[in-house]
Formats: sequence, C-alpha cells, structure tokens
Amino acid sequence: MSYIDIQDVSRNYQKKDQSFRALDHVNLKIDRGEFICLLGPSGCGKSTLLNILAGFDKVSAGTITIGGAPVEKPTVKNVTIFQNYGLLPWRTVEKNVELGLESLSIPAEKRQQIAHKYLDLVGLKDFAQSHPAELSGGMQQRVAIARALAVDPEIIFMDEPFAALDALTRMNLQDEISAINRSQHKTIIFVTHDIDEAVVLADRIVIMTPNPGRIKTIIPVDLHGPRDRTSPDFLRIRDHVFAEFSLKPEDKTEYYI
Amino acid sequence: MKTTIHLGGALLLVLLSWQAIAWLGGWNEALFPTPSQTVYGFAEIIADGVLLKDIGTSLYRFLLGYTSSVLLAMALGLVLGWYHNIWAFLNPIAQVLRPISPVAWLPFIVLVFGIGDMPSLVIIFLAAFFPVLLSTVAAVRGIEPVYLKVAQNFGIGQPQLLTKIIFPAIFPRIATGLHLALGTAWVFLVAGEMVGTQSGLGFLIIDARNNLRADLLMTAIITIGVLGLLLDSSITLLEKRIYRRWGIPERSNA
Repeated sequence: MSYIDIQDVSRNYQKKDQSFRALDHVNLKIDRGEFICLLGPSGCGKSTLLNILAGFDKVSAGTITIGGAPVEKPTVKNVTIFQNYGLLPWRTVEKNVELGLESLSIPAEKRQQIAHKYLDLVGLKDFAQSHPAELSGGMQQRVAIARALAVDPEIIFMDEPFAALDALTRMNLQDEISAINRSQHKTIIFVTHDIDEAVVLADRIVIMTPNPGRIKTIIPVDLHGPRDRTSPDFLRIRDHVFAEFSLKPEDKTEYYI
Repeated sequence: MKTTIHLGGALLLVLLSWQAIAWLGGWNEALFPTPSQTVYGFAEIIADGVLLKDIGTSLYRFLLGYTSSVLLAMALGLVLGWYHNIWAFLNPIAQVLRPISPVAWLPFIVLVFGIGDMPSLVIIFLAAFFPVLLSTVAAVRGIEPVYLKVAQNFGIGQPQLLTKIIFPAIFPRIATGLHLALGTAWVFLVAGEMVGTQSGLGFLIIDARNNLRADLLMTAIITIGVLGLLLDSSITLLEKRIYRRWGIPERSNA
C-alpha cells in the first residue's frame, strides 16, 4: 500500500443554489520521499486537493490515507507552506522558525539551536533577529521553508509557494527546494501552474484539468540529480507537458507533391 | 525647528485673538478674563497646590477608568469576535448603546454608585468601552486566515491560539480603537467630574464658575486641553512603536 493513497476523491462546493465540483473521482498514489507537482490551470482543483491532503478541507466522497491513517485534521507531521508565506510579522525570523517547536514542548535553548540550524540551511543565519517585513519576498519564503523543516515533518505541502516571486528568485528557490528534497528526504507535494517549475522539481507531474477538477495524466520525470533547464532531456519532458495542455502549435504546413 | 516655529505661531495667534476678543467684547473681567489675568490665576492655583492636586485626581480617575474599560472591552471583543454567533445577538444592543452620550446615564449612575470617584470613573469607562469593543470584534473577524491555518498546522490550540496568534495579529487594528477611545474618554472626564464630586479638573471648572473666577475657569480649560494633547501624543508614540514592530509602514497622517 502506498504512503499516500487518494481513492476516488470528490469535492463539491455549494455556492448559493449552485453546486460546484472542484474534484471529480480523483485517484492517486504517492510514495514516501517522492516530489509530486500538481500542475494545471486555475480551477482544476489542485489547491483543493492539497488542502484536503493537508487536513484543512474535507472530501465530499472517497478516502484519503497517509501512512495508512485517514486524514482528519492538520498535523505538525505534515506542514504546509503558503504562497503568502504565513509568517507572523510581530515575531523575529528566529521566533517564526521556532513557532512549530513551541507546541512540541522543546526547551527554549534547543529550539533556538534548531532554528539556527535551519536558518543556516536556507542561508538566512544573519537575519535571525530581523522582522519578516524587513526581508524580501524570496527571503520570507525561505524563512517559511526553514520553519517547516524545523519541526522535521514527513510531508511538506507547498501551495504555489513561489508564484509571487520574480523569475530569478523563483529559479533559485526551485533549486534550493529541490536540493532540500534530496538531502532531507521529505515527501513534497507542490502545487503550481508553471510548467517549467514542475519539470525542474517533480519526480512525477500530475496534470489536472478543470470543470470538473480531474487528473488528466501523470508524467514521470526521469531526470536525476540537479536539473539543467537547457538540457535536451529537460526540453523533451517540457515539450511533453506542453503537448498535454495542447499548447504546442500544430503543424499546419501543407505539402504538395 | 519647524515645529517650534509652528507652535510659537499658533500660541501668538491664540493670545492675540484672545486679547482682541476681550477688548472688543468689553465684558466684566469676572466673566471673561484677559490672557494676563489668566496667567496670574494660573500662578495662584499652582502656588497653593490646587491645580496639581486636581490634575493628579483627574489623571488617576482617567487612567483607572480608561485602563479597566480598555482591558475589559478587549477581552470581551476577543471572545465575541471569535464566537460571532453570540455577537450577532449582542451587536444590536451595542449599536443602540454606543451613540448615547455617557453623561445621559448620570442620574442612574449616581443612583447605583453614589457620589465620589465612581460617577466619573463609570462615565470614562463607558466612553472608552464601545470604540475598543467594536474595533476588537471587527479586528478578530478580519484576521488573516493564513495565521489561523499556520496555527492549526503547528498544533497551536487555545489558550495559546489567543495569546500567541490572535491577539498580536489584531493589535495594530485595536490600537486605532485605543487611540480613539482615549480622546473620547478624556472629553467625558470633565463631564463626569462636574457632578457628584468635589475634586478634579471638572470640579475646578464648576467651582471657578460658581465663584465668578473666570481666570481660573480658563486655566482649567487650558490645562485640560494641554493634558489631552500630551495623552494623545503618548499613545501616538506607542502606536508608532507597534507599527514599527509589526512592520506596518507608518501612516503619513499620524
């Protein structure tokens, strides 16, 4: 049995008199340590699926188990990283990273030690005493990553975490989270609408389509180690994803003999 | 430097127009004092210690009334903002009570609490209560949902949720209510002290009027204005510190 098992999951939302089907009979199995990208246009249910996996939302039908146990509510074992970072502005960077450790009743000294370890990992050791508002968007998201790692979770859910960042910062963070996935052996479920991002990061790309939200195909990414965004293999997979979204221009040349 | 020039200019403007009004009006000096008379009156009640004692009494009543009101209103606002099913019932009551001037309750206040410090305390309490209560409730309901999600994710339950997340998250918004309430409460201090008490700046005004001492009346009025300004500046300072700490850019009109 897979680590994460999504079986025939549907989710309906009631909006006034209208019923909206955000997820329609979704099936997916995810192994421990996998990096999964949920890719699709807005309204395809990728964020809904992530929210349900993280325990913030409930299924209308179907079952989801993680490690054999059904998902009921959010737990500190599976941490979510949000697009708008979710840092607490009144706490210093260091205290933000310690937040999750406080509920685990870890003594203050040890908390600080852990916070510094992960701030070091994301390259923000010098900013421990800053407040989030003093940092750039990319740095704030690094703090959020450090905060997630600090509680040593099994799964990290990421909901379009880099969507608000500029292109270069985004690529840097993609490389970092990719490296973190390899070095820390976390299972990562990553929601994005950016095709390149999915190809850079994922072990498998789950392509979703809207109305109703469904899984269209799953594309395995057989690239290993750090990925070169310009290598032929990378471009081949990227092409494949583009084709799935029917974004490749059809060849309409007419030939005459 | 610029502020000094502005302040000096304002003071000069007030003194000149005051003197002009006194001359042009031609009233009896016991009814409308000149600036110089007021300065002598000021010196007189500073010298015999009346003014300082009244300031002390008024500030004590004000701080006690304001602090207890604000603490209770924030606590209640936190709970009611969180459980808005209860608030739905209480909101109409609050909306009806809010626009009533606290002074209107005075006969009932005296009936229930008697005379002495209590009536002015209760009036200050009432004046500060509703602005803080309403801004707290609104702030709790407008809290950034991602903070609550983060708290839920990291297993932060009550009462830590309240102390670690909700209260700090809404504090910048409550600060505006606190500021507003401070001004309102100070205005009603005088009204509260005009009845049922024999001390404080409000009583000084009544006493000066009854003794036809317009110079002392004016002294009391100026003192109340200046103290109000000082209280307001101190809370503005506090607000700025909070905004800086929370990383909110300072508002240009502050």
